Formats: sequence, C-alpha cells, structure tokens
Amino acid sequence: MSIALGLFTIFAVVAGAFFFLAGTVGLLRFPDPLTRLHALTKADNLGLGLVVIGLLPQVAWPLGAIKLIAIWLIVLFAATTVSQLMARAARDGGPPV
Amino acid sequence: MTLALAVDIGLTLLVLAVACWTLAVRDTFTSVIGFVAYGLLLALIWVRLAAPDVALTEAAMGSGLTGLLLLGAAARLQNAKNISAPPGLALRWVAGVLCALVSAGLAAMVLLLPDPAPTLAPAVVAHLPATGLGNPVTGVLLAYRAIDTLLEAVVLLPALLGVWSLAADRDWGGAPRLRYHRPDGALTLLAQVLPPFGIIVGIYLCWNGADQPGGAFQGGAVLAAMWALILTAGLAEAPPVSRRWLRWLLVAGSAVFLVIGLAGIGFADAFLAYPAGYAKPLILTIELVLTLSIAVALGLLIAGPPTRTPS
Repeated sequence: MSIALGLFTIFAVVAGAFFFLAGTVGLLRFPDPLTRLHALTKADNLGLGLVVIGLLPQVAWPLGAIKLIAIWLIVLFAATTVSQLMARAARDGGPPV
Repeated sequence: MTLALAVDIGLTLLVLAVACWTLAVRDTFTSVIGFVAYGLLLALIWVRLAAPDVALTEAAMGSGLTGLLLLGAAARLQNAKNISAPPGLALRWVAGVLCALVSAGLAAMVLLLPDPAPTLAPAVVAHLPATGLGNPVTGVLLAYRAIDTLLEAVVLLPALLGVWSLAADRDWGGAPRLRYHRPDGALTLLAQVLPPFGIIVGIYLCWNGADQPGGAFQGGAVLAAMWALILTAGLAEAPPVSRRWLRWLLVAGSAVFLVIGLAGIGFADAFLAYPAGYAKPLILTIELVLTLSIAVALGLLIAGPPTRTPS
C-alpha cells in the first residue's frame, strides 16, 4: 500500500513538474501578453494542483492535508485575480501605473 | 545527499544571478520585480538552512513588504524622472567600492570564524523552559535579546514619520490614498473573500510564534497585506493620519513593551526581565499588542503619505 502511494506521489509530482516546465516554455516562447498569461495559468492550476495532490498521501491527516489544499486554493484565487488585472492592463495598453 | 547538494548549489547560483540581474537592469520597475524574486529565492535558502523563522520574515518583510514599498517608490519616480541629474561616474564608483568593502568585510568575518563557531545556542536551549516558550527563536527575540526587538518595533515609527513627511503641506493630517486606478471586479472579489482567511493566518502566525516558527512581525505583515488589499480595491478608505486612535494604535505595541520592560526593573531586577513564572503570559501580551501595532504601521507605510486634504 505504501509503495502504491509512493508511486502515486512520484507520478503526480512529476506530472505537476511537467506542467510547470510547459508553462515556463510557453511564457518564454509565446508572442503576446495574453497567450503568455494563458501558459502561466497552466503552471498555476494544473502544475501546483498535481504537486499538491501528489503530496497529500505524504502529510499528516487531516491538518497537513487541509493546509496543503488551502495553499492550493489561495494560490489559485490570487493567481486568477492577478491574471485578470494583468490581462486588462495589457488590453488597455501600457504598463499599470 | 548529493541530490540535495545539487539543489542547494543550483539555488545559490540562481540567487546570485537574480541579484546581478536586479543590479544590471536599467528599468526601475523591472529591477523591483527582480528584487522581489530575489527575496523569495532567499527565503527558500533560509528554509534549506533550517531557519524557517528567518525564511518567513524574509518572505513577508524582505520580499513582500519592501517590494511593495519599492514598487510605490518606482511609480512615484516615474512622474518625477527629470528632477535631478543621474549620479556621476565618480559617485557611482565610490558607492560601488564602499559596497564591495562591506561585502568583503562580511565575507572575511564568516570565513575567518573559528571552527566550531562560537555559539550561544546550547545556553538558549538549556534555559528555554524558564520562559515557557517552545520556539527558541522567540525566546531569543523576546527574552534574551528583547532590547533588539523593542528597538525594531520602535524604528517602524520614525520610518512612518519619514513617509508622512513627504506629504504636501495642505494634505498634512489628511488621509493616504491607495486605490487602484481602474475599478476591477476580480480585484474587488479577491479583497472581499481573501481577508477573512488572511486575518486568521496572521493571528495564527502570531499565536504560533510562541512554540513554532512565526511571530509578531510575520503575523503583522500578513494583516497589513490584507488591509492594503482592501484599500487597493477601494472597499475601505485609509483613516486620516491625524486621528488620535490611529496614533495610539501605532505606539501601543512599543508602549506596552516598554512598560512591561520598565516593570521588570522593579519585579525582576533588570530592564526587560520577566518575573519568574510570568514570562510566557507577558511575552504573549507583548506579541499580541505588537502584532496589531506592526500591522497598522506596515499598512500605513504601504498606503504612503497623506494625499487628501483634511476636510
């Protein structure tokens, strides 16, 4: 059972790292702010989400798990808002003052 | 072990590269963003050095709060680009040489330490039970070296006075303004939903500081960030800086600290000493009031000088 959980952790965290890598490549390669934001959200949503899911079997239940999930949700929320602000600033032209 | 070493070396090289990049870029905004990234990477290094208290402070104060202050300064400087000429070559050389001297001195101090380095850590751990605390860092900050922490709390007030003194004469006594110039639904939603959780996290960090990493400065920084978020979204206005209750809140932390410290002369034979058996409740009292004062002071630092004429 613990081997299965360990394999699950490795698989999920590696998958999460892949999305971080893909998001970073997208950030560096995509041509304009909106598509770059699109690439970044993949790292935030799926990358961090998979890393958190992968780490869940390794932490103390329930407080450690709740903290991890809370971190994921708060980062999601903050990243979503910041993406909105940056996208609007990019659409309206010029850097935000 | 080798994998951990590889990660550490990679992290160190990354921090050095980001530091050099922050110095090298010419654009102020880009440089500030580099500084924030540098602070977050530095926090990771403190975690690797098994110093989570320092890591929390670096992330909250060094990277987050200082980054916000620098962003505000950069925004102000954009409107005032041509006020003074850039420093000349000689001045820059003098600054560079002086910085290099300080760095070389610090490096020499670290490299010339005897092996094993002199440490008071065993003495702290041995006497920690007398304070009733579980976190040795809090023991050092609020019992053994309380004078340092007292001065750190007090120094926030002259810093705030420095920011306030940038106000125009007609605005003195008015309120600072931190509202984002474009109204935005997403920002409003974040400022409505996040603060309740942030306030819990701030109180948790302060309360937890007695036994685990955390403390007044980290908790205060989180509370200040929540206040700044609400102000930025325009959900509330900053109070005029002339309000008497605001001034009392600002000095409450240092005042309570000072009063308990002075009472120590009578009850425990030394300034900032705690009577036996009362150390933990007194330390928690100081921490709680200090957290509130630090939160208000940091929030007002972020909000900037008063810009609205008092009515």
